[in-house]
Amino acid sequence: MIKLIGVEKKLGGQPVLQGVDLSIPVGKLTTIIGRSGEGKSVLLKHMIGLMQPDRGEVWVGDVEISRLSGTRLNDVRKRFAMLFQGAALFDSLSVFENVAFPLREKLRMKGSAVTKRVEEKLGEVGLAGMGHKFPAELSGGMRKRAGLARALVMEPEIILFDEPTTGLDPLMAKSIHDLIVTMQRRFGFTAVMVSHEIPEIFGISDWVAILRKGKIALMAPAAEFQRTTDPEIHEFISVGGTVALPGSLVG
Amino acid sequence: MTNVIEQLGARAILRVQEMGRMLLFVLSACAWLVRPPFRFHQIMKQLHFIGYKSVFVVVLTAGFTGMVLALQGYYSLRKFGSEGLLGSAVALSMIRELGPVLAALMVTARAGSAMTAEIGIMRITEQIDALDTMAINPMQYLIAPKLVAGVIGVPLLVAIFDVVGIYGGSLVGVDLLGVSEGAYWNSIESAVEWKDIYGGILKSISFGLIISWICCYKGFYTRQSAEGLGSATTEAVVLSSVLILVWDYFLTSVLL
Repeated sequence: MIKLIGVEKKLGGQPVLQGVDLSIPVGKLTTIIGRSGEGKSVLLKHMIGLMQPDRGEVWVGDVEISRLSGTRLNDVRKRFAMLFQGAALFDSLSVFENVAFPLREKLRMKGSAVTKRVEEKLGEVGLAGMGHKFPAELSGGMRKRAGLARALVMEPEIILFDEPTTGLDPLMAKSIHDLIVTMQRRFGFTAVMVSHEIPEIFGISDWVAILRKGKIALMAPAAEFQRTTDPEIHEFISVGGTVALPGSLVG
Repeated sequence: MTNVIEQLGARAILRVQEMGRMLLFVLSACAWLVRPPFRFHQIMKQLHFIGYKSVFVVVLTAGFTGMVLALQGYYSLRKFGSEGLLGSAVALSMIRELGPVLAALMVTARAGSAMTAEIGIMRITEQIDALDTMAINPMQYLIAPKLVAGVIGVPLLVAIFDVVGIYGGSLVGVDLLGVSEGAYWNSIESAVEWKDIYGGILKSISFGLIISWICCYKGFYTRQSAEGLGSATTEAVVLSSVLILVWDYFLTSVLL
């Protein structure tokens, strides 16, 4: 569904992406890992057209989006939702209004239909009865849940997660991971997640890709990823420990 | 020597690029303005913020401006025995120059800086990116309503400024300094022409556009840091204020 071919990007004259080739499996949870500053978030933003590559192609389905703009790009974006690092909730709107926002603005839905759908999504992410609160009144974890509810409310085909557990304590991080996995399994959307949470991501992802020196150094099913013989990748994923997976070789 | 010329050239190119980007910014906002869906609610919300919430500061400034103008004008005109012309002096100064310029400067300080800060924070916290990902164009949703509200709101505030300023002048000139009430209002009626009013309206419309344009632009392209947001807000207020004064000179020279 999403395919990047030879994507190159420089920021401030510095090369960040240096020929990324990546194909995201449909209906699976794919996690992109890598060191800080490698360009993982930049890569994610290319997938939804928030950034354009200097070279290369970005395909979403059968549409090449790297040179699209305006209405044509918006048509492609209707298939997406994105959960940002800080959740990017609108400060001036309550949680309810934030989740209702895309329904009202894009689908022109009104009244009880909006209320029903928003409350259903808030319930699914564990924020039932919190709709009246404003983002400033929420904890980090609650904000991410509200952001996830907003991402889910349009029932998109693809959801991008940009470091969804950054700044959360381990327990809260685990609950957000569990929530993402539960939602992905229930609704079957294609999920692409950027994360630093090693080894937790091996337990929740279907596929894992590592970005190194501006390229995808390895992409494999999570179970196989930990068996890599590449010393640099092995060192990187071993720092946080390993997680036991059915059929995988650990240690 | 070559280095100095190179640096000057590089700076000049950067400035030209910036000006081009500013022009494209406002053209893009105008283009999105005429495309559905039309966001009347957003426009009304911005009008409330830029217009209604600026009324108090505009009334306060206008009242004291009119009063000090009457005070100064009275003692100058008395030297020539022309105190009766005080009304026309206050009204013409207000309608032609002080009303549009001072009201615009007050709106810049109160609403313009807030606009830059609001959009800048939305940029830093990725709220603008979030709009993009929802296939909602930020130019249409965020910027265009602010431009419209500026163009409608500032002329209305200028009208209030003019009226309050003239009444402020009357308070000092007529009630405190003893100028004849009839002479004050009659001189206004005979001196003020429609072209003065048109000129004031034209100025206030263009000032409204300048304020919204510059302040939105600076917020939209703010650098990703608290320091960047602070600089953007300062630059927005300074650039808007300077442009208002420069544009006022050019418009006045054309209108006179």
